[in-house]
Amino acid sequence: MRGVRRLSTMADMATKDRAAIGTRVAGASTLDPDSERWLRSLGGTEAERRAALVRLHDVLLRIAHSEVRRRSGHLRMAGPELDDIAHQAADDALVAITAKIEQFRGESRFTTWAYKFVIFEVSGKIGRHFWRNATVSMEAEDWDRLPDRFGLEPAAESEWRDLVAALHSAVDKVLTDRQRQIFVAIVLNGVPLDALVAELGSNRNAIYKTMFDARRKLRAELAANGYLETETSRTP
Amino acid sequence: MRDRSALDRFLRTDPQDVGCEEAMELLHVYVDVLVANPDAAERYPGIAAHLRDCGPCSEDFEGLLAAVAGLAT
Repeated sequence: MRGVRRLSTMADMATKDRAAIGTRVAGASTLDPDSERWLRSLGGTEAERRAALVRLHDVLLRIAHSEVRRRSGHLRMAGPELDDIAHQAADDALVAITAKIEQFRGESRFTTWAYKFVIFEVSGKIGRHFWRNATVSMEAEDWDRLPDRFGLEPAAESEWRDLVAALHSAVDKVLTDRQRQIFVAIVLNGVPLDALVAELGSNRNAIYKTMFDARRKLRAELAANGYLETETSRTP
Repeated sequence: MRDRSALDRFLRTDPQDVGCEEAMELLHVYVDVLVANPDAAERYPGIAAHLRDCGPCSEDFEGLLAAVAGLAT
């Protein structure tokens, strides 16, 4: 029942956010001039459409290059690989945009909507790329890494030793096999969530929700045993 | 107590969190509103809560915001 209530709450929040956005759409009587130009040229004559697609691809490629550069600090990739990802992302984003252009409802500027596609493409491709150079085993479960994952200083071990032991016990006791698999991959083995999505053939939302439930259960167990405070409404 | 607080923060879940699917579906609208009005987080608490907790979605949000703000070069 708690799970059902939580899902209902998440759905309610989504409905509230959607309602706020619906108000925005209703309030937007016309498209901004730039979006209107894009839609007119993409829906124009064959020559106009081709020219617009070339222009859009140029913009998407620029955004993709910028985005891979922005993320490159924590990636083990060389220049040519990043360049390749940027080109693939721009190409795939253009295909997705042309396929879904009828779904653009004017809630945002057209370019913001279009940029979202190329950002997601970069994100997904970087996630899949993780496994090319990774030496992580999905089966490995090294609990000695846990303190380091949370920046727990060895010098202060007496302060956190019992808490870490209690967390390990809670993982054993309250998580399902699937929740444990995802907790171990992300927390102990440091697998990025998007890389895990690619490895498990899942999607980001499903992995996030599994981890969300695992975190909630672990916190409740630790709180019940006096290791953490009971969760109350959170201040942002 | 900085050490314990990192684990404490990680295990906290926000009931307002809408999840990745909803946040990503509405991300372009959220970003445009945020560019025009920094108080967007108050109008879309479910998305804001999600972006605080989800690393990958937050990374996408930062990328889209940079692109829209003209920081992409």
